[in-house]
Amino acid sequence: MSDSGAMILVVDDERPIRRYLRAALVSQGYQVSEAVNGKEALNAAVSAQPDIIILDLGLPDLDGVEVTRQLREWSKTPIIILSVRENEGDKIAALDAGADDYLTKPFATGELLARLRVALRHIAEPASESVFQVDSLRIDFARRQVTLQSEELSLTPIEYKLLAILVQNAGKVLTHRQLLRQVWGISYETETHLLRVNISNLRRKIESDPTRPHYILTEPGVGYRLHIFPG
Amino acid sequence: MTLDPIRPNPDELLSHIQKEEQEKNRGRLKIFLGYAAGVGKTFAMLEAAHQRKEQGVDLVVGYIETHGRVETERLLSELEILPRKTIEYRGVNLTEIDVDALQTRRPQLALVDELAHTNAPGSRHLKRYQDVEDLLAAGIDIYTTLNIQHLESLNDVIAQITGVKVRETIPDSVIDEASEIELVDLPPEELLVRLKEGKVYIPDQAARAIEKFFRAGNLTALRELTLRRAAERVDDQMLAYMQTRAIPGPWPAAERLLVCVSPSPLSERLVRKARRLADELKAEWTAVYVEASAHAHLSPDQRDRVARTLLLAEELGGKTISLSGESIARAVTDYARRHNFTKIIVGKTFQPRWMEWLRGSVVDQLVRYSGNIDVYIVSSEGKPPTLGETLARQVNTPLQRYLWAILLVALMTSLNTLFHTRISPTNLVMTYLLTVVIAAVFLGRGPAVLASILSVLVFDFFFVPPYLTFAVSDTEYFLTFLGLFGVGLIISQLTARLRDQVEMTKRRADDTTALYGLSRDLAAAAGMDGILGAITQNVSQTFDREVVIFQPDDVAQGRLKPYSYNPNFNPDENENAVAVWTFQRGQSAGRGTDTLSAAEARYLPLKTARGVVGVLGVKPKDVSKHLSPEQARLLEAFASQAALAIERVQLADQARQAQLLQATEKLQTALLNSISHDLRTPLVSVTGVLSSLQESGDSMDEETRKNLLETAGEEADRLNRLVGNLLNMTRIEAGAMRVSRELCDVQDVIGTALEQVSNRLVERQVKIEIPEDLPLVPMDFVLIEQVLVNLLDNAVKYSTSQQLIEVKARTSRESLEINIMDRGVGIPPEDLEKVFDKFYRVQRPESVSGTGLGLAICKGIVEAHRGSIRAENRTGGGTTMTVTLPLIMAEADEANRITEKGFA
Repeated sequence: MSDSGAMILVVDDERPIRRYLRAALVSQGYQVSEAVNGKEALNAAVSAQPDIIILDLGLPDLDGVEVTRQLREWSKTPIIILSVRENEGDKIAALDAGADDYLTKPFATGELLARLRVALRHIAEPASESVFQVDSLRIDFARRQVTLQSEELSLTPIEYKLLAILVQNAGKVLTHRQLLRQVWGISYETETHLLRVNISNLRRKIESDPTRPHYILTEPGVGYRLHIFPG
Repeated sequence: MTLDPIRPNPDELLSHIQKEEQEKNRGRLKIFLGYAAGVGKTFAMLEAAHQRKEQGVDLVVGYIETHGRVETERLLSELEILPRKTIEYRGVNLTEIDVDALQTRRPQLALVDELAHTNAPGSRHLKRYQDVEDLLAAGIDIYTTLNIQHLESLNDVIAQITGVKVRETIPDSVIDEASEIELVDLPPEELLVRLKEGKVYIPDQAARAIEKFFRAGNLTALRELTLRRAAERVDDQMLAYMQTRAIPGPWPAAERLLVCVSPSPLSERLVRKARRLADELKAEWTAVYVEASAHAHLSPDQRDRVARTLLLAEELGGKTISLSGESIARAVTDYARRHNFTKIIVGKTFQPRWMEWLRGSVVDQLVRYSGNIDVYIVSSEGKPPTLGETLARQVNTPLQRYLWAILLVALMTSLNTLFHTRISPTNLVMTYLLTVVIAAVFLGRGPAVLASILSVLVFDFFFVPPYLTFAVSDTEYFLTFLGLFGVGLIISQLTARLRDQVEMTKRRADDTTALYGLSRDLAAAAGMDGILGAITQNVSQTFDREVVIFQPDDVAQGRLKPYSYNPNFNPDENENAVAVWTFQRGQSAGRGTDTLSAAEARYLPLKTARGVVGVLGVKPKDVSKHLSPEQARLLEAFASQAALAIERVQLADQARQAQLLQATEKLQTALLNSISHDLRTPLVSVTGVLSSLQESGDSMDEETRKNLLETAGEEADRLNRLVGNLLNMTRIEAGAMRVSRELCDVQDVIGTALEQVSNRLVERQVKIEIPEDLPLVPMDFVLIEQVLVNLLDNAVKYSTSQQLIEVKARTSRESLEINIMDRGVGIPPEDLEKVFDKFYRVQRPESVSGTGLGLAICKGIVEAHRGSIRAENRTGGGTTMTVTLPLIMAEADEANRITEKGFA
């Protein structure tokens, strides 16, 4: 599907990065507006009405996480954050504050475009469908049925719920905290081992090679993501 | 005619510079010099002080004696006076300068009257000029007053002029180092008028002497002396000026003077004369004392005099040396020749003619052996000693020995009476000869002479007919008597001399042995503790004293740390203060010295060319014992050995550190070069590809372009990994690597790692063996993933695409073990451990990419988990890397929660 015409706000204080992003996005048919710091970003979010915001965490004036928080006070625009590799803490903070996804610098253009597509899809089609299919995996929400290559899988309620949430956010990363909160409840936010065990079990059931997972991808130190293939 | 540029003598320049350096922090000393009491020195000083005060200088009066003069008191009243210190001595309250208070107050300028004054016992220093030295060292400027007769080098000349011998003298070095001398002059006639008017202070007791002193002729002579001295000083300053500015001048020939010191009281005068001569000739001078065999016979007074004369020579600015030898003249001339002395100064001793004839005059011998060295013979005042005095000087052996001599003769006589009927007298004589020899060997010269005389008499009386009279029937016996007496005398002389020599040699040998013992122990000692132990032990044993060594603890604070041998010697605060003073000034202090002599122990600075490295303190176990001058000299020899040994250890430490630093720097340079290369190499490809696409992208075909771009992409990836590695390494090194452990799924970690390297594993076969029931293991997900990525990377790098890579995981009761195995080139057995060193590859630069950090990072991360990592070679080729992580977490946060898997 064509995403041409979608407006993307690029927020980064580094000129070369803005230049590259503009070139990459425009060549895919997107419209681009730029902001160089947090304040400008907040203003531009109002004035330019972007469909997606690409936000660098290392801004000179405001912390990227702070910008995210302020944006989320009044806007539901998807935010994709750019961050340096070692900073898991910042990434998690931003995601928990409301960002939708992240990219680790340096990243490949393909990754960027894939994330953008995921974000746009979630705008276009809020998860209201009753059936979800990706590759050989199919989930029927109405009937609470999960099939892999037409074979029904037997999942525990927790496993089902976990998978459901991953599916509802297909393509987007979910932090450990978000998953724990949504599956188990707010008081289980720090019980990461529960998550790990269940992911492990889930993988054993749906992945052909649990050591090389195809569907449920690990985002090291951050969380998990259901992989949807470009298409 | 062009002149060669004159370059200043570098040694002199250096000494000028050093002097200037020292002077920067020192106070400046201005001396108001006068030729007699009453010329108005104190008054002049106060006037000058007032001027300075008006200029705003912070001024304090340390000590001024007004002697009741009104004008002086008036000037004094307007100045700030520091209260004096009261010291009680023998029931009398004496006041002295309060040096401590003055040092604390730290004014810019202090006034101190009468520089040559001797302090009351119990003061810090013996003399006031030493107090002034302390104040100058503390940075306080001083004005002071001085009469010319207090100068050490002029002391005897002035005594000659005025007939009054002044006791309180100060070394010339104090004058020489003063910044400024102001001459306070008054024509003698005016001075006499003032004296008549009662304006001159005269201490009552000396009234008559002062009358003799204050005569016009004397005053004129003194005045001339003073003026001349001041002029000499100006001369010196001008010379110094000329030297530093390389102005050619009449540089004097390099003369060197050698002055001979003997126990005679003339020596003091000689030494002062030498100093004056040296001043005139601008020459260096040395005082020499020869320890001949007679030295052992010197009375303690005489020995003391020699030591004091040598000390005086040092104070006056000369060097001193002690030689030993049989012939004084020979020893002196040999030394003079060897050390290029140009003039020898010797005193004319007055010996009675017969003694001169008997023993030869040292002066004559000197003249004979001196060759082309000038000999200056200085005459003394005073009359030659009488025979009685001479003999008295020689003969100082205790009375006991004479009694023994008599006893011996008596014994022999009684023996002889038993046999005299059977043995002829001529043979009996031999027994008396024997007696004399015995007396000479065991009792000394004097008793031996007595024995000779007695033997002759007794022999005559008892064994020569007519018996029991002193008459002699056969005149031949006179020959016997003569022979007996003569031989007896000669033998007693020879044996006595031999004995003396032996004693002296023995003493020297003892000293040398003691020093050798110290040297040997020091050479064997290891480390500072060993050295200090060797020193304390040797000093304590040799001198029979308790020893402490101080080392600088905090040099800025001036604190010292004691290292003590004897538990009885615990230096208290006062002793500590003395030791600190010794350390800071580099001079001996304490018991038996001029400074702080009330202390319990004597403190010597351990000095080397680089400065003072410590302080040696010795305390006698028996409070009444004092160190003799020879012992003091030996102790100083010990001290310099000790200082050298301590310095040696310090320098060795420094050298080691320097070496270490050098090695580290070398390694760092090599590393930086390697990293620089490794960082830039990927960029070469990236830049290259991009630029060639820029240049000729259009003319390239699709395939080529694709390949180029792929290459650039891979290289960029590689650079990214490299940067990541460097950052990780830096974090590990800085201790900033925080490991946040959570229970993780091992499968997940391995899977993620494999995903990360998937593009490098593209054509490779990877076999994964992970049991189904692996429990969750506590670890930092991201970090352990990093470890596995590095290990997989290595496996790929060091094996070919046909070779299998295996990944295994299993748990035991206590730990998790992950193995990554390849069938590649393997690791040389000796490097199996070194492989985890940083930059290991630096030593093995093969054509493999990567910096050699990967494994070091793995090790760092694994060890931060309190795990371990090791490399082993496999049978059949290849390497196994094993990572072991503990299952139990040290902290109790999540430890006891989960031990089984599979619950919801």
